Amino acid sequence: MTALRRIGPALLAPLLAIVTALVISGLVIVLIGESPFAALRVMLDFGDTPAQQTQAIVVIVNRAIPLFLAGLAVSVAFRMGLFNIGVEGQYRLATIVAAAAGAAVALPGPLHVLLIIVVAMVVGALWAGIVAVLKVTRGVSEVISSIMLNFIALGLASYLLTGPLRGSPPGASIITTAEIPESGWVPGLNGLLTGVGLAEPRTEMYGFLLVAVVAGLMVSVLIKRTRFGFDLRATGLSPSAATASGVDARGMVLKTMLISGAVAGLIGLPDLLGTSHHYGTEFTTGLGFLGIAVALLGRNSPLGIALAALLFGFLDRAAIPLQFEGIPASVVTIIQGTIVLAVVIANQVARQITRRQAERGSAQAVAPPSTGNGSTGGGQRPGGGPPPDDGPTTGIGTGTGVRNASGDARQGAGA
Amino acid sequence: MRRVRGMKAAALLLAGSLALAACASDEPEAGGGNGGGSSAEELKIGLAFDTGGLGDKSFNDSAYAGAEAAVEALGGTVEENLQTLSPNDDASNRAELLTQLAQQGFDPVLAVGFNYDEVIGDVAADFPDTTFAQVDGANSDGSKGENVTGLLFAEEQGSFLAGVAAASKTETDHIGFVGGVESPLIEKFEAGYVAGAKAVNPDIVVDVSYLSPAGDFSGFGDPQKGKLVAQGMYQNGADIVFHAAGGSGVGVFEAAVEAGKRAIGVDSDQYLTAPPDQQAVIMTSMLKRVDNAVEEFITAYADGSVEGGTDVVYDLESEGVGLSTSGGYIDDIQATIDEYRQKIIDGEITVPTTP
Repeated sequence: MTALRRIGPALLAPLLAIVTALVISGLVIVLIGESPFAALRVMLDFGDTPAQQTQAIVVIVNRAIPLFLAGLAVSVAFRMGLFNIGVEGQYRLATIVAAAAGAAVALPGPLHVLLIIVVAMVVGALWAGIVAVLKVTRGVSEVISSIMLNFIALGLASYLLTGPLRGSPPGASIITTAEIPESGWVPGLNGLLTGVGLAEPRTEMYGFLLVAVVAGLMVSVLIKRTRFGFDLRATGLSPSAATASGVDARGMVLKTMLISGAVAGLIGLPDLLGTSHHYGTEFTTGLGFLGIAVALLGRNSPLGIALAALLFGFLDRAAIPLQFEGIPASVVTIIQGTIVLAVVIANQVARQITRRQAERGSAQAVAPPSTGNGSTGGGQRPGGGPPPDDGPTTGIGTGTGVRNASGDARQGAGA
Repeated sequence: MRRVRGMKAAALLLAGSLALAACASDEPEAGGGNGGGSSAEELKIGLAFDTGGLGDKSFNDSAYAGAEAAVEALGGTVEENLQTLSPNDDASNRAELLTQLAQQGFDPVLAVGFNYDEVIGDVAADFPDTTFAQVDGANSDGSKGENVTGLLFAEEQGSFLAGVAAASKTETDHIGFVGGVESPLIEKFEAGYVAGAKAVNPDIVVDVSYLSPAGDFSGFGDPQKGKLVAQGMYQNGADIVFHAAGGSGVGVFEAAVEAGKRAIGVDSDQYLTAPPDQQAVIMTSMLKRVDNAVEEFITAYADGSVEGGTDVVYDLESEGVGLSTSGGYIDDIQATIDEYRQKIIDGEITVPTTP
C-alpha cells in the first residue's frame, strides 16, 4: 500500500497526460469526420503476417532508440535543474564529426565502432561544455546559450558537410560525408528476434539498442547510486542548500553538462552505424527537441524515458496505417503535442497530490518541495559574482516537472 | 468482430454526417471487395510525399494534382484508386512509406522529392514486381533498379528564362534571388537565373541569398525569413526578386507588395493562387510541371508503356518547365523570351546547372 502510494503519483501524471491527450485527439478525429475508435484499432493493428508484425516492432524500436538517448541526455541536465535545450546542436555536430572520423580511418570492427562512439561523445560533450563554461564563468543562462549554440552548431555542421567533409560526388542531390567502411557498422539484432521465435522482419533492428541500454543503466546507476548523483540531485532540489552543505556548484554544472552532451552525442549513431553509414542533408533532424518532450513524459527516470520513447515510436509508426484509413498523419503530431502539454499540467496536479499527502503525514515526510519553489531567484543577486544556481527558477512550466521528478527520486532513494 | 463492424458503421455515420457524401457512398463498395473488372478500378496508385506532406501548396500538392488528373482521366476516383502518404515531421520514415504502399499492393508507387534517393533503390529491390517513379530523382544509370523511373526537370532552363525576363524588365539593373535551402537542386535554379540575366545584361547585379543551409529544410517553410531577406534586397536596390523557396515565397511576395517592387514565383503559376494585392506584383512564375510529369507517368503506366531503369526529362522542349504569362506583365518581352527559349532548345545556349 505504501509502495503504491509512493509510486502512484509518479505513474499518475504521465497516465493522466496520456489519457487527456487521447481524449483531445479523439475529439479532433471526430471533428474531421472519422471515428476515433477506428483510429485506435488501426494504431494497434501491427499487420497481417508475422513478418509484418515483427517489422512493426522493429520500426517502433528503431525510432525509440534515438528518442531514448535524446531524452536521457536532456534528463541528466534536468535532474540538476539545468535546461539543456542544445541537445539538437550537440548531436548534429557530434554525428557529422563522428561520421567523418569513422570514414577516415580503417580499424578492426569493434575498435572502429568504439572510436566513432568516443568521437561522437567527446564532440557532444565539448559543445555542451561551452554552455557550462559560459554559465559558471559569466553567469549566462544555459537556456539562452544552448539555444543560440544550436544555430551555430547547425551552421557549422552545414559548412563542414558542404565544405571539408563532403564525400558525395558534385551534383548529387543529397550531400553526404564519405561512407564509413563496413568495419565501422553495427550489425543488426534480427538474429535475436528470430532466436526468440519471431518472424524475420524486412529491415534490421539497430544493434545500437545494446549501447542505448548500457547508457541508460550507467546514467541510472550514476544518478541513484553514486556520490556524484546525490550531489546532482541535491543541487537540482535546492542549489543554495547544496552549496551550503559543501557541494561545488560550479563543478557540478560543468560535469553535468559534459555528461549530458556526451549522451547527446550518441543520438545520431543508431542511424549512422545501423543504416545510413554517412551523415547527409537528409539525416533525421529535430531529435534533440523531441528528447525534451520524451524526458518530460518519462519524468527524467531512464525507465520512464524508455517507455516514453517507445510510446513516441509507436505513435510515429501509427501515422502510416492511419493514412491508409483516410486519417491525416497530423493526428499523430496532435497526440504527441497534447501529451507533452498535458504532462506539464499533470505534473503540477500530481505534485499537489504528493504535497497534500506529505502534509497529511507531516511527521515522517521530508521537507516538502515547496521550500525550493523559486526561493533562490537569480538576477537580483548583489555583487558581481556569477550566480551558480539560478537554473531551476528560469523556467516555469518545465520547472515544476523537474523539481517534482527530483522530489520523487529523493523519496525513492530515501526508502 | 462485431465491435469492429460497429466501429466501421460509426465511422461511416460520422463521415456521412459531415456531408462527405461522396466518400461515404463509395466506402461500402470498397469494403465489398474488388468486384469490378475495368482497368480504372484495378488501378491502385500510391503516392508518397516528402517533408511538408499533402497541403504544402508546393511540389507535394502539385504531384497530387497530377495524380488526381490522371486518375480521373482514366475513369477512376481519388478515393478508390489513389492512396497518398505523408511522412512524419522529420521525414525519417520515408523508406517505410514506400514499403507500406508496395506491400499493400499499390502499383505504381510514386515518391515525391530527391530525398527519396537514399531509400527508393532498397525498397524497389524488395518489390521487383512493383513499378516505382521518383520525382526529382535520377535513375539514368539504372542504379536504383530496373523498376524505377526518374522524373527529372531542367529547372535551370526555366530559371534561365526567368532571369531573361527579370533582366529585361528591371529598371535598376539590380535583381535578386531567394533560395529556400542551399542544396544542389535549388542551386540549379540560381545558376539558370543568373546565367539568363547575364545573357541579357552582362553588367547586371544579382543578389543571391538562401534562407537555410544544406541539411536544414526550414527554409522551404519560413515566410517570415523569406520576407526579411527579400526586404533587404529591395532596400538594396533590387526591383525584381525570383524565389525558389517553396512556402517561404509568400514572404517574398509580401515584401514586394510593401516595397512596391516585383517578384517572380516558382513551381506553379502562383499568380492564380495569390490574393489580389500580390497578383499585382507577381510578374511571372517559373513553371515546373510536377503535375504533368506525374500525370503522364500514371497514364503511361496504365498504357503499359513505362520502360523503367531510366529518366524522363522535362525541359523547355517538352514544356515541363517554362514561364507563366498570367497577368500579362511580360507580354511585351515575349519575343525576347521566345528567342532565348528557342536557342536553348536548339542547343545554341547551354545553361549551367551549378552556380
